[in-house]
Amino acid sequence: MTLPWSRFAAPATFYPLAGRLIPIFWVLAAALILTAFYWGFFETPDQLGGSNAQKGYYRIIFIHVGSAWMSMWLYGMLVLWAAVGLVFKTRLSFMMANAIAPTGAIFTFLALWTGAIWGRPSWGTYWDWDPRLTSELILFFLYVGYIALHSAIDDSRRADRAASLLAIVGLVMVPVIFWSINCPDPNQCAALHQRSGLGKVDGNILFAMLTMTLGFWMYSFATTLMRLRGIILTREAETSWVQDLIRSEGRPA
Amino acid sequence: MFKVFWSVLHRDLLLAMRRRTDVLTTLFFFVIVVSLFPLGVGTEHAVLRVLGPGVVWVAALLASMLALERLFAADYEDGTLEQLLLTGQPLVLLTLAKVTAHWLLTGLPLVLIAPLVGMQYHLSDSAVAVMMVSLFLGTPVLSLIGAIGAALTLGLRGGGILLALLILPLYIPVLVYGAGAVEVGAVAFGEARPYLTLLAAFLVAALALAPFASSAALRISIE
Repeated sequence: MTLPWSRFAAPATFYPLAGRLIPIFWVLAAALILTAFYWGFFETPDQLGGSNAQKGYYRIIFIHVGSAWMSMWLYGMLVLWAAVGLVFKTRLSFMMANAIAPTGAIFTFLALWTGAIWGRPSWGTYWDWDPRLTSELILFFLYVGYIALHSAIDDSRRADRAASLLAIVGLVMVPVIFWSINCPDPNQCAALHQRSGLGKVDGNILFAMLTMTLGFWMYSFATTLMRLRGIILTREAETSWVQDLIRSEGRPA
Repeated sequence: MFKVFWSVLHRDLLLAMRRRTDVLTTLFFFVIVVSLFPLGVGTEHAVLRVLGPGVVWVAALLASMLALERLFAADYEDGTLEQLLLTGQPLVLLTLAKVTAHWLLTGLPLVLIAPLVGMQYHLSDSAVAVMMVSLFLGTPVLSLIGAIGAALTLGLRGGGILLALLILPLYIPVLVYGAGAVEVGAVAFGEARPYLTLLAAFLVAALALAPFASSAALRISIE
């Protein structure tokens, strides 16, 4: 069976498909996030740990962990679409990368922000130069750099390709940056965050955390596709199919 | 092939020698930034010794970054860059030659002025030696990585400030190990060896990879 992959690479065919997908992703996102909120608030213990227990405020991890995961995952996806665009020269891939960037930046900011709120009662400080915090901050800078470079170039073709190259260079540098922050002394590495494993987490907490992450993922799909539709319309405004679309919806062209 | 490399290198150095102030501006920027810190944080010897390595490296980062804007800009404006792209010679080699010239004019002077800065911050002799070696290994990496950003932001309005936004995060590894080396090197030169080896590894990796990225960026910006 051969799927018509390349068919949906054309903005004109992807636009209506995205329009049909968006409501589905919104419903999924709302259902998952609401379930996760219910589970996180009512089915999880009020205290965590033995001595020096964390009280209810630990529940911010349901948002914190999910958004931190999404921030990294979305950067990977951004680079993937950027690379696909550079290799196959498909316009839609660049638009996709471009549409992902703001959502990714928002999740990165959310992870930093919730982390700061959580850090205040548990570490006694809003910010610490912990490797993971610093790496997340650098990731935020990379997102901002991508968006800034893209919006600084007027010619959309050059903007797409330049920003894509920057994103790829960023991804190559990320392991080196993370490693250098994690091990400022080459002889030994230290991290403030405890070593964590998903197996050690209480089942109910894990369920709420993973459901929230899935919900965030669906939310990312929904917002990215919505933004993508906007980008497609702006970029293709001069083409006949967009003109037809505007006319069929009865709006003044 | 080496003839191409040499001719571009020679041309860039010759051009710079005809306008020496450009080279000196970078150097004086570095010296001024480094000299301002003691005025801001106080002149206690112990404080300066702690701050010295980081300040020197951050100043080197900024100096190298500010000079980057000029790396391709002049050639871009008068059309030389387009001609370079149109020659049959490998663009990677041309880019590497331009970056080498850039480093000789902006990076190397920083290495040579380092002992003076070390005196300002009361660093020990071994720390100064480590600082010179680490700058010698680290500043070429800065030029190589920075060239990617310079090529990407070619001819954009507000290119300089944008360049800082794009490139400074990528400078972190060099900053961490460069400053770390000087800090550790205060005791004995040998202590800094792991840091210097890592910086050398960065230099080799950047030499192998960065010119490809910057020539790809040049093609995107020019076409």
